[in-house]
Amino acid sequence: MDELILRQLQTTACRVRMGIIEGVYHAKSGHPGGSLSIADTLTYLYSIMYVDPQNPDMPNRDRLVLSKGHTAPALYSILAERGFFPKEELKSLRHIGALLQGHPCIHIPGVDMSSGSLGQGISAACGMALSGKHRGENYHVYTILGDGEIEEGQVWEAAMFAAHYGLDNLTAIVDNNGLQIDGKITEVCSPEPITDKFAAFGWRVITMNAHDFNDIERAFHEAESVTGQPVAIIQRSTKGKGVSFMENQVGWHGAAPNQEQYEQAMAELTAELNRLEAQA
Amino acid sequence: MSDVIKKATRESYGEALVALGEKYENLVVLDADLAAATKTGMFRKVFPDRFYDCGIAEANMMGVAAGLATTGMIPFASSFAMFAAGRAFEIVRNSIGYPHLNVKIGATHAGISVGEDGATHQCCEDIALMRTIPGMVILNPADDVEAKAAVEAAILHEGPVYCRFGRLAVPVINNHPDYRFEIGKGITLRNGNDITLVATGLMVNEALQAADMLAAKGISARVINIHTIKPLDTELITAAAKETGCIVTCEEHSIIGGLGSAVAECTAEHCPVPVYRVGVNDTFGHSGPAVELLKEFGLCADNIAAVAADAFSRK
Repeated sequence: MDELILRQLQTTACRVRMGIIEGVYHAKSGHPGGSLSIADTLTYLYSIMYVDPQNPDMPNRDRLVLSKGHTAPALYSILAERGFFPKEELKSLRHIGALLQGHPCIHIPGVDMSSGSLGQGISAACGMALSGKHRGENYHVYTILGDGEIEEGQVWEAAMFAAHYGLDNLTAIVDNNGLQIDGKITEVCSPEPITDKFAAFGWRVITMNAHDFNDIERAFHEAESVTGQPVAIIQRSTKGKGVSFMENQVGWHGAAPNQEQYEQAMAELTAELNRLEAQA
Repeated sequence: MSDVIKKATRESYGEALVALGEKYENLVVLDADLAAATKTGMFRKVFPDRFYDCGIAEANMMGVAAGLATTGMIPFASSFAMFAAGRAFEIVRNSIGYPHLNVKIGATHAGISVGEDGATHQCCEDIALMRTIPGMVILNPADDVEAKAAVEAAILHEGPVYCRFGRLAVPVINNHPDYRFEIGKGITLRNGNDITLVATGLMVNEALQAADMLAAKGISARVINIHTIKPLDTELITAAAKETGCIVTCEEHSIIGGLGSAVAECTAEHCPVPVYRVGVNDTFGHSGPAVELLKEFGLCADNIAAVAADAFSRK
């Protein structure tokens, strides 16, 4: 990857993380851990997806369904970065009368599907991809699932469906950060082996490091070349990535930072942003 | 009565899909391995590339329908009422209802007239479930003519619609030139001043027969066909409450949460009068021939007439 593009992606991802912290802090609730773990992937995706912030409902746009809808702060943050709505909106996340709902809502500019009840987003993504095939449109559909989320049976109904109908215009990203609310996914009710499961369901499986843009680019390039079957990208990620005290801590799945923690998180991210900008 | 034409509304559903497939190019049909029973197989035969079988996976089917609808397609997602409204309830609520997507749910085999398959498949809760979803329109046609009209009305309506169809062949009662279907508008089939029978689905014909029985006893019964449970025609029901002072509701559904509840809620707010509910009385069904089950559970003209006569005597 070009060094300049890499720096731009890293810088944007850092801003996305700051937006996540802003949102969750001001909301006094929400899900920072799993939002931070998908910040790099979302940043990359919104750099390659065919979307137009001035025309969010453009019929032939690429689509993204955040099946792990509780990590809406990450989606809102990248959408704000891309200009779908003002960044100021992040500060009223979850507030009464606010645009930004606790979970993604289709009426928010740039949000392609309401989601948050786990297991449902991937089915809607299948429907969008099926429609694209049916009508000969060449848009691509992405959906992001949690590794805990795939414990939902509906995910596997959808997995069967996507493979059966050869939905090669669908890419599912499984955010494999290894933690869910009740603890480690391997200890709660293990969905492993995740790669084998998707392969057995007829998907092409690609693994990637969710915090290395070169590897992210490699994985999505590889996914693009697949025909005749859907692609599952299993991304190895760190829950809470980018904020030292949140990393790999299950407690940060669904908790907001207090003022002191907020200031520390923002200080860390600001230092990182300054470091990246100094390199640019 | 031997010359009465009978047809199951699931059959009408299949025929309507075929007839309307040509007219509405965006119409696609989904099923969950029940195409032969729901009659969507008729559509599959004529429009094979607009039919998608989702396999025995109703939750995913509803989500796929939602995704299709976001792109401007008009999907009919079909299964038995038990699975469409019951098993997939939360997907219908969150993936279709909340985003208010243009999905049509074709739910067949509703009610106890499923017959021999027994209680697991006799869905008497679907109307109650669907009524609680904001923005959901619920259509429960009485016969072939109304079922076909309902399918086209559902297509023309922008937003989610739950269409309820039956397995049992029922008499065609609306085959006359004046028949007109409008979502949310009940139809007064017979005028009367002593009592009102408010019926839906296959119970409409039973209510008409009950009105004849009541007339023989000198009781003048009004008969209203409520094909749209939601939005309810509160004006028509309130007027009937005012003018006749007593209502008997008739439905092939639990008396909890269905037409009876909707009518009672309406009258309680707008014109409190006694409301008696004929329906499945908070119990599960069991196996048996449909017509015998309907009699056993009181979903027949005899019982409606008896309940109405009793209600009238207490006025």
